[in-house]
Order: sequence, then C-alpha cells, then structure tokens
Amino acid sequence: MLKVEKLDVYYGNIRALKEVSFEVNEGEIVTLIGANGAGKTTTLHAISGLVPISAGTVEFCGTDLQTLSPHKIVQLGLGHVPEGRRIFANLTVMENLEMGAYMRKDHAQLKKDYEQIFTRFPRLKERAKQIAGTLSGGEQQMLAIARSLMSKPKLILMDEPSMGLAPLLVKEIFAIIEEIKAAGTTILLVEQNAHLALSIADRAYVLETGRVVLQGEAKELANSEEVRKAYLGG
Amino acid sequence: MGVFQQILQQMINGLSLGSIYALLALGYTMVYGIVKLINFAHGDILMIGAFIGYFVLTKIGVTPGTLIIAFLISMPLCALLGVSMEKICYKPLRNAPRINALITAIGLSFFLENGARVLPAIGPNPRVFPTLPPVTHHLLGVGLSRVQIIIFAVAVGLMLILNYIINFTKIGKAMRAVSYDKGASYLMGINVDRVISFTFALGSALAAAAGILFASAYPQVEPYMGIMPGLKAFIAAVLGGIGSIPGAMLGGFILGVAETLAKGFLSSQMADAIAFGLLIIILVVKPAGILGKSIDEKV
Repeated sequence: MLKVEKLDVYYGNIRALKEVSFEVNEGEIVTLIGANGAGKTTTLHAISGLVPISAGTVEFCGTDLQTLSPHKIVQLGLGHVPEGRRIFANLTVMENLEMGAYMRKDHAQLKKDYEQIFTRFPRLKERAKQIAGTLSGGEQQMLAIARSLMSKPKLILMDEPSMGLAPLLVKEIFAIIEEIKAAGTTILLVEQNAHLALSIADRAYVLETGRVVLQGEAKELANSEEVRKAYLGG
Repeated sequence: MGVFQQILQQMINGLSLGSIYALLALGYTMVYGIVKLINFAHGDILMIGAFIGYFVLTKIGVTPGTLIIAFLISMPLCALLGVSMEKICYKPLRNAPRINALITAIGLSFFLENGARVLPAIGPNPRVFPTLPPVTHHLLGVGLSRVQIIIFAVAVGLMLILNYIINFTKIGKAMRAVSYDKGASYLMGINVDRVISFTFALGSALAAAAGILFASAYPQVEPYMGIMPGLKAFIAAVLGGIGSIPGAMLGGFILGVAETLAKGFLSSQMADAIAFGLLIIILVVKPAGILGKSIDEKV
C-alpha cells in the first residue's frame, strides 16, 4: 500500500534521512521506532509532502507522491495525525472535525460519519461546541485522531500519539488505534514508547540517525537482544 | 451648540471615519493572520478602488443606484487585483525570510502609486469625486449627513457579511484554521493556496469599498490618497491586535473617534499626533493590542 524506497531528506546541509526504505501493507499496523532525532517524524513529513524529498521514491496505492502538494496527498486517502496533536485550538471541536472532512463532498454520508465519530468518541460529542483549545491533553489527542478519520483515510500516519499523556490515557489511545485497525484502516505508527508500539504492531522498523538499522515482525523485535537494550530498557 | 451636542457631533463624525479605517484594517489583519505579512500596498488598493468608482460614476452619473453599481464593479476588480498581487509578488517569497516580502510590499506600494501617476487616465492631479447632493438630517441638534449614513451603513453591512463568512462558511473556517496552523491545515486536505487567495480577495474587496466611501466623504481622488488612510488602518489593526478580526474593527472605530475628537476639541493640526500618541500609550500598556493574544511558543 505504501512503499518508501531509498528516501533521502536534507535540512540544509544536514542529511536527516539516509536511504530509508520500508513498506506498509494493507491492514497492518507498522511502527517506526527509534530515539529522538532518529528521523521518524521527518519520514512522516516526507510522505505527507510537508518536507521536500531529495532522493528516493514514495509510492502510495500505486501513485508517486513526490510531485503532489500535501492537500492532494490527503485526497488520495492518506491521513496524518501530527506530532503534538496540532488541533486548531481557536476552532470548536465540531469545526475541527469539519476541517478534517474539508475535501469531502458526499454530504449525506458525511452526516452519518459525524454520528459514527461521536459514537466512538462520546467525549467529543459532549464538547462539540467547545473551543478545542480548552480540551484536556487526552481529549485533544482523541480529537486529532477523530479529525483525521473524517477524511476517510485508507492509511493513517500517527506521530507520537502517546506524547505527554498520562499512562491511563495512553492505554485508551492505543485501544482506539487497535479499533481503527479492526475497522479496516492501515496504520503507520511512530512512537518513542517502543514497548507499547511493538505490543500492537504487526511489523516494525528501527531507525537510528536517519537509517533503518533493524526490521522484522514486531514480536521478534520486542524479544531481540539489541532492541531490548537500546529501546526497552534492558 | 452645547458641549454635549459638540461631543455627540464629533462622535458621529468619528464613527463614520472610523468605519472606513475599520474596513481597511480588516484587510491588514486578515492577511497578517494568514501569511504573517504586513501588506503595505493595501492602502493603494483603496486608491485604485476609489478610482474605479470615480470612472464608473463619472460615466453613468451619481444616484444611489449607480453608487451600488460602483461598489459592485470596484470590489470584484480590486479582489482580482489583490489575488494577482499575492500570486505574482508574495507567493514566490513565501519561504523566504519575512523581511523580503515586507520590502516587496513597500515596493509594490510605490509601483501602484507611481504607476497610477503616469497612467494618462489617472495622472498626478487630484480630481473631484462625483458625489450625491448633500443632505443633512438634524437630530437632537446634531447634524447627520447622508454620506455619513451611507458610510456607516455600507461599512457595518460589509462587516456583518465578513463576520458571517469567517464564522459560518467552510472557507471562512478554513481561513481560521490556516491562520492558526498552516502545516496542520495541509494535513486536513485544505488547499492552503486557495485559502490565501481568498483572503487577499476579501481584504482587497473591503479596501475597494473603503476607497469609494473615503472618496465620497472627502470628494477627491489622486494617486497618493491611499497612503494616510492605509497607514492609519494599519495602526488601527495593530491597536486592536493584529490578526484579530474584531480587533481590527474596534481599532478602526477607536482611531477614527480619537482623531475627530482631537480635531474638534484640541487642535486640528495636532490631531494625528494626538491619535498616534494614544496608540503609543495603548501599546505600552497592552503590547499585543486590545484584543490581541500574546502567542505562547508552541513546544
């Protein structure tokens, strides 16, 4: 579904990604793990067209994404829940969801989808008219995910959904991620919390200073000596 | 005329002038909100809008009906001008340091002013703007002229429409989203370029309307007529809190009233100095402007 091949990204003279290659198949949860600055977020930004690709290719459902502008990439069915949530804090919860559905024209189906989202996230329904900036961190993360779901993505990129959340909320968010997978959406998950990410992922890639250094089944990686030492605290 | 009447009279004059500043200030504040650029050529759109109104009204004569036609011609043309300005001059600089776009805006302003000066149809000499015959209504010993009523009604009407667009339409919501976080807006599938164009179109159309109103109140048009109202509207936008739409409206009214009160009661020569002095005081007390929010650094 998503095929990244020999991806290079530069920030000025700094080579942030070095020939990163990986693949996400339909129905999977694939996770990219690695330390701070390993290039996880940069990889997602390059896929979504937010940073220019210097070399290599990104292919989504058979379409080359390199020359497309970011809003076109979303229209192809690629959602992105950015790091730090980045909800529109000046808009209401409902308006945030409307922005998620910005490019949709199927108004009848859209109405049903709002209902569905509100059933899945009852807290957002209660707060639909509230300014999004007044939500708690966990609610904001739910809104960010819900907002992205409104575009009906085939694949969602999720960047550090556990960041800054209390353990109980992290559990809740990860349960939601598994639900989204069960509902048929493919997920590419970036996490610093490697333990948690490996526990729900099918496959994983380990990034280190802009390179893929390890890859494999999530279960295998979770048990591998190297990964345990570097990312799982022994 | 008692003191009360005088104050009331100056308030009316001030609100009328202030509503023109407010219309113009909205363009500054919306563009700043979206692309973080002070569009110094915005005042010159007022001039071009006024000239388009001038050509229409001299051609077909002035009646309340033709005045509406003048608005309907001038506003879309200036909207188009604003969109082209952005596409040609500012868009290529979007990723350049902000100072580059600012200098470009100043250059563009000179280009429009002097370009108008050398155009044979416009030229350097002031022309008399065609106006409706003056009618003044008297209420409580205070005079209220027809042109003041028109200015106030048109300005408030346009602000209500703008308010509706920004708060209740899809593109308006997208404008607010883009002004809050452009990157996240891309990820929603919002065509950010189109939202930016729309913002320039809206701001420029309001400036065109302000131009016709300004020329109706001070019935003269010339290539440099946009400079002072442009500068004052910019100040009004900063005063209200740049980036804030209610702020721009409030700032415009405050500046207009302060200016006319200073003119009426203190000194007409010192009016601008007094109005700007007031601005300095407000900004010392509230650096982000009256309704502006000091933005927290995002982590």
